[in-house]
Amino acid sequence: MKKLFLAFMVMFVALSLNGQASAIEPDEILADPALEMRAREVSKQLRCVVCQNQSIDDSNAELARDMRLLVRDRMLAGDSNQNVLDYMVDRYGDYVLLEPPLKASTMLLWYGPFILIVLGLIGVVFYYRKQPKGAQPGSEASAELSSEERAKLKSVLSDNNTDSGNNQ
Amino acid sequence: MKRLVYIIPLIVLLGVVGASIVQMKSGKPANELPSVLINTPIPEFTLAPIKGRDQGFSTADLKGQVTLVNLFGSWCFACLTEHPFLMRVKEQNLVPIFGLDWREKDPDAGPEWLAKWGDPYTRIGDDPKSKGAISLGVTGAPESFIIDKKGIIRYKQIGPITPEVWDETLWPIIQKLKQEQG
Repeated sequence: MKKLFLAFMVMFVALSLNGQASAIEPDEILADPALEMRAREVSKQLRCVVCQNQSIDDSNAELARDMRLLVRDRMLAGDSNQNVLDYMVDRYGDYVLLEPPLKASTMLLWYGPFILIVLGLIGVVFYYRKQPKGAQPGSEASAELSSEERAKLKSVLSDNNTDSGNNQ
Repeated sequence: MKRLVYIIPLIVLLGVVGASIVQMKSGKPANELPSVLINTPIPEFTLAPIKGRDQGFSTADLKGQVTLVNLFGSWCFACLTEHPFLMRVKEQNLVPIFGLDWREKDPDAGPEWLAKWGDPYTRIGDDPKSKGAISLGVTGAPESFIIDKKGIIRYKQIGPITPEVWDETLWPIIQKLKQEQG
């Protein structure tokens, strides 16, 4: 059983390393392997603008293919990786980059999740600090209500009744 | 005070729903990308003529006059819907239209399409490999650009030019730009 599990894990890792099949066709590949590697690297960072959630390297769309060819043309003409990315951003905007750049306008996008986590943690801390010690459900202290609590409960319940009455 | 906390999710939900309704009512598709090219010079490119013609289209041809650059293809159904209107623009001599014949698989397809439906273009460039289209940040056809006398892109129309779009948006912009100094 353990061996089977291990085999699955190995398969899974192998697939995830190698799994993304590129849409690139043989006639697109450059003769120079180093240049082709760079072209692949850049293509993976560029969004296919007609499919929206794929890189041009992954997409079979015709426009993605034309963009891949243009990336290679520009590299053959001597452009650096950054030159090619800039060329596309100049025409399509930051949207064409799969990973949005860190700028003032994208701060919230990048840091928002962390801010939310911190806010959540603060909320959790406050929530537990407010509970008096020993008031956990099931512990003896909470099993029985004091007369004071009973009176409070009664008033709250009658409050609710009048509330629902008003709502109708 | 405590009860207020419980209605926060509801308020957030209503906010999201409200924003979506406003977006839908505005009539703009949510996936439409604003062009970063607006108010920048049209990127330079030169395209060969389509089959059977001897004049291609280069962005250098645009200088000195207000022009409409229109991207079409014989395969593009929406292009056919705006085509009769472009013919009218040509007949009334409102603004010169420069065409990009985009991604024709068959070099005869573009010329045949124009022979059948009419040719509203001053010049046409053949763009089988999307060189011009990518230069203009195009995502689909038809798209049209208003270029001013200095060769600066002033407006981008995504989708077909309807009489409403023309009367309410494109023609007023073109008239205004015609007044500007070249």
